[in-house]
Amino acid sequence: MFYNELKPGDAVPALVKEPIQKVQLIKYAGASGDYNLIHTDVETARSVGLPDVIAHGMLSMAFLGQFLSELAGAEGVKRLKVKFAAMVHLQDVITCKGTVKQVTPADGNRAVVTLDVWAENQKGEQVTAGEAEVYLPGH
Amino acid sequence: MAVDRSIIGLSSEATVNEVERGAIRKFAEAIGDPSPVYARGDVAPPTFPTTFRTKLPGVDLDPKRILHGGEEFAYERPIRGGDRITVVRRIADVYEREGKVGHMTFYIFESEGTDEQGQLVYKSRSTVIYR
Repeated sequence: MFYNELKPGDAVPALVKEPIQKVQLIKYAGASGDYNLIHTDVETARSVGLPDVIAHGMLSMAFLGQFLSELAGAEGVKRLKVKFAAMVHLQDVITCKGTVKQVTPADGNRAVVTLDVWAENQKGEQVTAGEAEVYLPGH
Repeated sequence: MAVDRSIIGLSSEATVNEVERGAIRKFAEAIGDPSPVYARGDVAPPTFPTTFRTKLPGVDLDPKRILHGGEEFAYERPIRGGDRITVVRRIADVYEREGKVGHMTFYIFESEGTDEQGQLVYKSRSTVIYR
């Protein structure tokens, strides 16, 4: 994708993730070092009033990181800022979306593209939302 | 209970984090990101600094009462496999709010990661809500 092809209001390609499975939460706990048991142990989740384990907020942020690196390349992500708005449950299907806010030409035939980004569930509810900046080349 | 605001400004010790290629690969696998750049461990995904766990003085929270409110990462350059990133974490703010689920304490933590040349690599900012 090239920055010259984008203008404010444009949507960028969405990323649809696989349904959230317990094994993914266990893998993410291990890979991230976040061992909060509400993400992996149903008894702990129930003890705080949840019906079952919930996904790490940082996992949905990581999905947004994947979405941005698919847009701009792994080295093209400059900034990502989110708020965690709602819980992500097992079997939820998360889709990452974004729209262009601003295109600011930078050095070396590239631009900083500022985007509104969010992750939504299968009901269309935003679970994690914020703003990002990526570097995109020009042509 | 009144929150102890005297902890504002306290910092962690500087901790050195070796960015292992295998750790990058495992992190990307857990996310379900198939990019070969991550599979090789060449570059770390944008949220990878979450793996740099840094203990803060004066903060000992029960994980069951923590809500993660928000998170930000801002990069000067990407993190690469083989980097040695020195992380310092700091308590930027602590304040209380009454919310719909009752009394809550907000902690704002800020981190900076620098490389072996002393150059800033990234900054991060976390909002942690304690019920």
